[in-house]
Amino acid sequence: MRPVLRRMLALAACAVTAAAAALGPVTALAASFKATLLLRDDDPRLERSRTERPALGHPGGAVAAAVALALQDSKVELDAAGATLVLDTVKVASAAAAKDAATKAEAAGAAAVLADLPADWLLAVVDGSRLPVLNLGEAADRLREADCRPRLLHLMPSERMRADALAQTLAARRWSQILLLVGPTDDDRSRATSARAAIKRYGLKLVGDKPFKLSADPRERDLANPLLLTGVAGSSAYDAVWVVDSDGEFARSLPYRTALPRPVVGDAGLVALAWHATFERFGAPQVSRRFAKVANRPMGGQDWAAWLAGKALVGAAVAAPKGPAAAFQKALADGEVDGSKGLGLSFRPWDGQLRQPLLLGDGQSVVALAPVDGILHPKNTLDTLGADAPEKLCKAR
Amino acid sequence: MQQPRLALATLTALACTTTALTTALISPSAQAQGVAYVTSEKDNALAIVDLKTLTVTGSLPTCKRPRHMARTPDGKQLLVACGDSNQADIIDIATRKSVGKLALGDDPEAFDISPDGKTLYASNEDEGALSIIDMASGKVTKSVPVGKEPEGVKVSHDGKTVWVTSEAASLVHVIDAATGTVTKSIKVGKRPRRFALTPDGKQLWVTNELGASVTVLSTTDYAVLGTINFELKGARAADITPVGITMTRDGKRAFVALGRANHVAFVDVTTRQVTEQVLVGKRAWNVALNKAEDRLLVVNGLSDDITVVDVAAAKALKSIPVGRVPYMALVVE
Repeated sequence: MRPVLRRMLALAACAVTAAAAALGPVTALAASFKATLLLRDDDPRLERSRTERPALGHPGGAVAAAVALALQDSKVELDAAGATLVLDTVKVASAAAAKDAATKAEAAGAAAVLADLPADWLLAVVDGSRLPVLNLGEAADRLREADCRPRLLHLMPSERMRADALAQTLAARRWSQILLLVGPTDDDRSRATSARAAIKRYGLKLVGDKPFKLSADPRERDLANPLLLTGVAGSSAYDAVWVVDSDGEFARSLPYRTALPRPVVGDAGLVALAWHATFERFGAPQVSRRFAKVANRPMGGQDWAAWLAGKALVGAAVAAPKGPAAAFQKALADGEVDGSKGLGLSFRPWDGQLRQPLLLGDGQSVVALAPVDGILHPKNTLDTLGADAPEKLCKAR
Repeated sequence: MQQPRLALATLTALACTTTALTTALISPSAQAQGVAYVTSEKDNALAIVDLKTLTVTGSLPTCKRPRHMARTPDGKQLLVACGDSNQADIIDIATRKSVGKLALGDDPEAFDISPDGKTLYASNEDEGALSIIDMASGKVTKSVPVGKEPEGVKVSHDGKTVWVTSEAASLVHVIDAATGTVTKSIKVGKRPRRFALTPDGKQLWVTNELGASVTVLSTTDYAVLGTINFELKGARAADITPVGITMTRDGKRAFVALGRANHVAFVDVTTRQVTEQVLVGKRAWNVALNKAEDRLLVVNGLSDDITVVDVAAAKALKSIPVGRVPYMALVVE
C-alpha cells in the first residue's frame, strides 16, 4: 500500500474509534449498528500518476476518509438518538474476495455494506450476503438497468444521469450541433451510447460521431490529431465537441486544440460532476472544507458519494435507533439524505439510484446546475436525470 | 440567466401616493426616516437603505463576509458577524463608524445577545460549536460542541436558555446559559435554520429549509406543538425552502421567507395557517419588519436585492438592488 493511502486509512479508523468511544457510555442500552466498507486493494484508479493530477470527475484518493468524516460529523446527531454506528474497513483484491468479505460482514453482524468497487465485484458483493450494498463509486448504467439488484443502492450518479445533465445544459445554451468523439475502450463505447441517447432525448443534433485514439503514429493521425478530428472539411460545423474518454488523457488535452473555436464538453472542458470543491451554494463550502481538513485534498464526486453514504447510514440509525437491522435497512432505502445540494435526496425505488442535482463544472468553478431551469417532469424534476420509472429498465426490482 | 423579477415600477408609481397618505395617518414611522442596513456576503459592506425613499443612500465597509447582524440591548451599537474574519464588527449607530471588533471563533454565522447585553452566543459553522463570549472582556468563555453546521441562535427572554439549530443533524439544541451545557436535543424537520420566539416566550418557531415547514416547539417541555407545511401553487415541496422568520411584537403574525420558492409567507400565529403569500426576489432568505410593522423587508440572496412588502396589502412595493449576495436586513428607526 502506498504511504498516502495508508495514512488516510489510519486516520479514518481512528476517527471511527474515537466516535464510538465517545458515544459508548451514553448509549449503553441502544442498538449499535455495524457497517463494512469494502475498498479495492491497489486500486488502479488511485495510482499516483492519476491522483496527482486527477482528470475532472476522476477520484483524487481513497474514499475511506469521506465515510469517516460523515460519521465524525454526525456524532451529536447519533448521540441525541441514542444510537451508535461502527465502521469496519476491508480491502479486497478480487470479486471473489469481495464476495467473501460481504459474507463475513453479515456473519459478524453488519447491517449494511459500503463498497467502492468495479461493477462485477459489486454484483459479487450483493450475492455474498443479504445486506443492502451501497455503491460509492461505480457509475455504469448496467448496474441500474439490466444488472440491477433489489438491495443495491447507488450514491454516485449514473453515466446516463451525467449525460442527461450535460445534454440539458447544452440545450439550455442552444448549443445544439454536437460533434462526438469516442475513445477506444469498452467503457467508452457504453458511455458513448448514453451520450447519444441524451443527445437525442434533449433534441440536440449529432453532426459527427468519430472514434479517437491516443497515438503519435503518423499513419493514424486521422484518429489522434485534434485538428484533424475536429476539422470541418466534408462535415457540418458544430457548436460543441463532446468527448467520451474514460481514461482522460486525450480529453484533457482537447480544449483549445479544436479546429473551430468551440467548447469541449464531456470528459474535459465542461463536465457533469457529483461534486466539486469550488461549489459555493447550499452549505457546500463547509462540507468541502471539513473534508479537505481530514484528507488533505479537495473533495471530489467520489468523496461526496462516500460521505453521503455515511450520512445515509447515520440517517437510518437515527430513524430506527433501537433496531432491529430490518428497520434500519428499510430506513436506509426509504430515507431522505441532505447532501448539501439544496434538496433532500432519496433513492429511486425503481433502480436504487440516488436522485440528485448535478454540477456542471470546468474545474475552476461550477458553471451550471442540472436539472436546468425550465426542464419539467410530471413528478420530480430530478428524475429528468437518468432512467425514469416508466422505462422499466430494471426488472429485478 | 434571466431571473423572475417584479415588474412593479408602474404599479408602485400609482400606489405610492395612496400608500404615502395612509401610512402617514396610521404610522409615525413614515416620517421617522429610518434606514435598513443590509449585509452583502461578497461586498464586505453594509448597504444603507432609506426606508422613506426606498433607495440605497450609502455603503458602510465592514469585515469580511458579513452575515448576521443584531443591535445591542441598549440600541446604540450594531454588531455584524463576519464569517471570513472570525469576528464581529462593532458599529456605532449614531456615527455609523466601526468602533471595535469582537472575536467570535471560527466561521461565525449567526448570534444572539443576552438581554443584559453582557454575553454573546455565536454559532461556528465549521467547528460545530456555539461560542459563548463575554462582551466586556471580549473573551470566548466557552465553546459548546453541537451538531455540525449550527446556524440559528436565540436567547430566551429571561436569558437562561440558548437555542441553536444544527443544519446537518436536524436538531435544535437546548443549552443552559449558566453552565454552557446541552441539556436537550430535539429532532425537528430537515435542515433547521432560524428561530422566532413568541412574545410570551412559550413557543419557539423553527424553519426547516429542506422540510418546507416550520416546527413549533413548546419551550416548557419541548413537545412539538405543531408543524406548518408550506404549499405554493405551481411549486413542489422541494422548491420551498424556508429560512428567515420574524414575528410581530404582539405575536399574532409571523413572516417566513420561502427561499427557492421566491415568496414570503404570512402566517397567523394562533391558527398556524398561512394567510398570504407574496412574490418577491430570487431565493428569499431573511425577513425584517420596520418599527411600525407595516413594511416587511425580504432579502433575496440570488437576485442581489431586497423587496419591500406592504404588509397590510400583502403586496411587493419595490425591489432595491443592494450588493452581491445579500444575507440579512436590520432596521434602525
